[in-house]
Amino acid sequence: MNWSEMRPLLSEACWDTLYMVGWSTFIAVVGGLPLGILLVLTDRGGMLQNVVANKVIGQVVNITRSMPFIILMVALMGFTRWVTGTTIGREAAIVPLAIGAIPFFARLVETAVREVDDGLVEAVQSMGGNTWTVVRKVLVPESLPSLISSTTTTVVALIGYTAMAGTVGAGGLGDIAIRYGYQRFDTQLMWITVGILAVVISAIQFAGDFAARALHRRAGRSGPGPKLRLPRAKEPAAADVSKAA
Amino acid sequence: MITTSGLTKVYSSRGREITALDGVDLHVREGEVYGVIGQSGAGKSSLIRCVNLLERPTAGTVTVAGQDLTALAGRGPRAGRELRRARSRIGMVFQHFNLLSSRTVQDNVELPLEILGKSGKERSRKALELLDLVGLADKSRAYPAQLSGGQKQRVGIARALAGDPKVLLSDEATSALDPETTRSILQLLRDLNRQLGLTVLLITHEMDVVKSICDSAALMEKGRVVESGTVSELLATPGSELAAALFPVGGDASGEDRTVVDVTFHGESATRPVVSQLARTYNIDISILGAAIDTVGGLQVGRMRIELPGRYEDNVVPIGFLREQGLQIDIVGRPTDRQPLLVKEGTK
Repeated sequence: MNWSEMRPLLSEACWDTLYMVGWSTFIAVVGGLPLGILLVLTDRGGMLQNVVANKVIGQVVNITRSMPFIILMVALMGFTRWVTGTTIGREAAIVPLAIGAIPFFARLVETAVREVDDGLVEAVQSMGGNTWTVVRKVLVPESLPSLISSTTTTVVALIGYTAMAGTVGAGGLGDIAIRYGYQRFDTQLMWITVGILAVVISAIQFAGDFAARALHRRAGRSGPGPKLRLPRAKEPAAADVSKAA
Repeated sequence: MITTSGLTKVYSSRGREITALDGVDLHVREGEVYGVIGQSGAGKSSLIRCVNLLERPTAGTVTVAGQDLTALAGRGPRAGRELRRARSRIGMVFQHFNLLSSRTVQDNVELPLEILGKSGKERSRKALELLDLVGLADKSRAYPAQLSGGQKQRVGIARALAGDPKVLLSDEATSALDPETTRSILQLLRDLNRQLGLTVLLITHEMDVVKSICDSAALMEKGRVVESGTVSELLATPGSELAAALFPVGGDASGEDRTVVDVTFHGESATRPVVSQLARTYNIDISILGAAIDTVGGLQVGRMRIELPGRYEDNVVPIGFLREQGLQIDIVGRPTDRQPLLVKEGTK
């Protein structure tokens, strides 16, 4: 297969991947963020302490997460047909991708939100803030750098999952790599696809780290933050600290 | 302004019950700075958290500005609208400042006003006014991470004042600061207390805090208030641990057959030459082991530790003479005296 044959194939696959990953990430964030926050709030000692609800949500999340994606995709076929009207194609793939990613993201959100200092919650309560105020003004903004890192991790994981979604005819880069590279022994095309995936994933990771890093630096928080792997002559953050001191 | 009666807090974890507060009665008058002092684990933190009901008391009532907060609390663990409104009228500052790192200084001060639903223009006007009041007008655009500890606490104080509270609760506000900064923050609290008529309830483990700004103080031990009153009342109380700790004088007896006496002067008795009178009248040699004059809670107080020859039984008459002069006399080392209080943090 020569380049002029490969190009339309690859560009279409690229768009398919981005389309599936984009939508499923969006749904995972919309669904996983509240779920993760609820896991923290309903826990023992939380503002909405409800041990039963906490256990139920936790178990649902665990079960969904323990299911291999390919099984989840098959198990959800009925639901997928009900939502999208089909079980084949990229729209149909978004359903299991999103449902697989929601609990994954929720756990990451839970970890990020737990890191927020209880003192800040107490401060807002002492001002007369209610639970919703605490979520909106403290938990989400204060954990934002970690939430961005969590989103990056979710996106990268979803790109991996889309390769499997290829088995239901969803297309995408992973699908190309399997069909042409693995099944038809077109090594060259396979390596090109893998190369593109590597570039895409690096770019996403870089952008996510950059955003999280920028927020971290603004807030000037110490501690384990996402590391930017670019060598820098001088850290602007260091200058700020010395000025403040 | 703040009254607690029979305030009790029992924590239960894994079947064990820990009594943090054991029937605390506290009365803070309007416009005063009231210090609660005690070692860690004495229940100070639980007490101040019970005042705005961040912590639900197990029993007892809390009344702030004539409003019974415990009645507003309801039964559930969540704070209802009424309680939240009451809280917004009570400012609180924290040991670790508790500023939101994602917000600028000005936005941090605006936060309580956002919760109160004030308009953007009003919020920023009020925030800048308060930052000016605490001396940080030039830092409004900075982030908390760029500030020193003292500056952070100033922001914390400005934030606590945003809702125009009548009462300020201070939870070890200076404990994370160095001595110099501590003094400047205490001075600020004192100024605010005077300028705004703010009632301040503070908890601390540092005697210096009580000494420099408090009008009244209470000593807590094991969940109970063991001593309380205005500073002058405490100093006038024989055997008061708080008074002894507020105003320590050193010096040990030089021999077996000696009587050591602490003489406390306040008011006009401070000007009379009592020691030379005593020496002349009874023809005894008096050595002075230690003496100091200090300002405690805005009052001039002198304290002297003197040594008389002979045992206590031999000195009943001279001591009676000193008492007649209107001086406060504490006999050091008598079994009726309690051990001097040492308030130390970090010994656990």
